[in-house]
Amino acid sequence: MSDVLNKVVDIVCGQLSVDKADVNPESAFVEDLGADSLDTVELVMAFEEEFDVEIPDDEAEKITTIQSAVEWIEGNS
Amino acid sequence: METKTALITGGSRGIGRELVDIFLESGYRVIATCRDKTKSKFMENKNLTVENLDISSKDSVEEIQNLVEEIGVDILINNAGITNDKLFLRMSESEWNDVINTNLNGVFRVTKLVMKHMLKKKWGRIINISSISGAMGNPGQTNYSASKAGVDGFTRSLAKELGSRNITVNSVSPGFIETNMTENIVNEEIIKKIPLQRLGKPSDISPLVLFLASDESNYITGQTLVVDGGLFMK
Ligand SMILES: NC(=O)c1ccc[n+]([C@@H]2O[C@H](COP(=O)([O-])OP(=O)(O)OC[C@H]3O[C@@H](n4cnc5c(N)ncnc54)[C@H](OP(=O)(O)O)[C@@H]3O)[C@@H](O)[C@H]2O)c1
Repeated sequence: MSDVLNKVVDIVCGQLSVDKADVNPESAFVEDLGADSLDTVELVMAFEEEFDVEIPDDEAEKITTIQSAVEWIEGNS
Repeated sequence: METKTALITGGSRGIGRELVDIFLESGYRVIATCRDKTKSKFMENKNLTVENLDISSKDSVEEIQNLVEEIGVDILINNAGITNDKLFLRMSESEWNDVINTNLNGVFRVTKLVMKHMLKKKWGRIINISSISGAMGNPGQTNYSASKAGVDGFTRSLAKELGSRNITVNSVSPGFIETNMTENIVNEEIIKKIPLQRLGKPSDISPLVLFLASDESNYITGQTLVVDGGLFMK
């Protein structure tokens, strides 16, 4: 697993209180992991902090899965 | 217990000043703001930070963002506010906009600043100083009433958004309180209509705000609590 993927998985599991074993790159925050709308905003905040990036609102809306988070972060840092 | 930090806007005079004093006395760390800190005298206190802030200006609010995020605000008291009374027929669009931009848009801007810290802590208190004018109406105050009714609506929606994160949002609605704001408008006629027969003092408001900021109020959110000597009864 890439470093970014590892960290993203850690953040998602911590924030949403889910088990690492239940998470894979395709996992969608809302549909698969039970996030509510505020959770998704908080996740983006946590990514911004961990990776020291600023994710614009219109792009944040498209970050709905672990994979899409990893791709955005790898493409922008 | 850790020391909590309260950000109090409009801390230089009136109700805000009383709030700054009572929060310091109660052991909180306080960030007090006003538009020109050189003009307002605050007592030296190691727990007090005074900052310039004009809530009607987006730039001014952005200027204190770093400081606010560094310190971390647990309790936000949106107190700064203005009136600019005119009969509606004579009210200009700029008089309307000034009041909405300060009292309502200012609350939006400042509340944005404190969100991250409260979400992370899963604890927070947002207390908006509204006015009975918002729910009761008052001639000459279409702009002010609209702004304060707006604040009460903001309070309810935000309370619903943040409830799951243990952040409560409430409004405190004063009646007529003796401050600069009411200097020129209060008269005997008004006092006759107040069941408790007197104007309020800033110290009539502050104990409720202190209570709302505490852990003891943790099951109260989305409310507009009135402190007005009985003037406005729903
Ligand atoms: N007094 C009443 O009867 C009454 C009744 C109902 C509700 N309220 C509400 O209570 C709150 C406090 O009122 P008050 O009676 O204490 O008024 P006040 O004595 O006139 O004080 C107003 C405070 O707000 C600050 N302020 C005004 N415009 C500001 C701006 N654009 N940016 C930042 N700070 C600003 C002032 O600071 P500087 O001028 O030093 O910058 C001052 O500290 C207001 O929201 C008011 O609507 C008052």
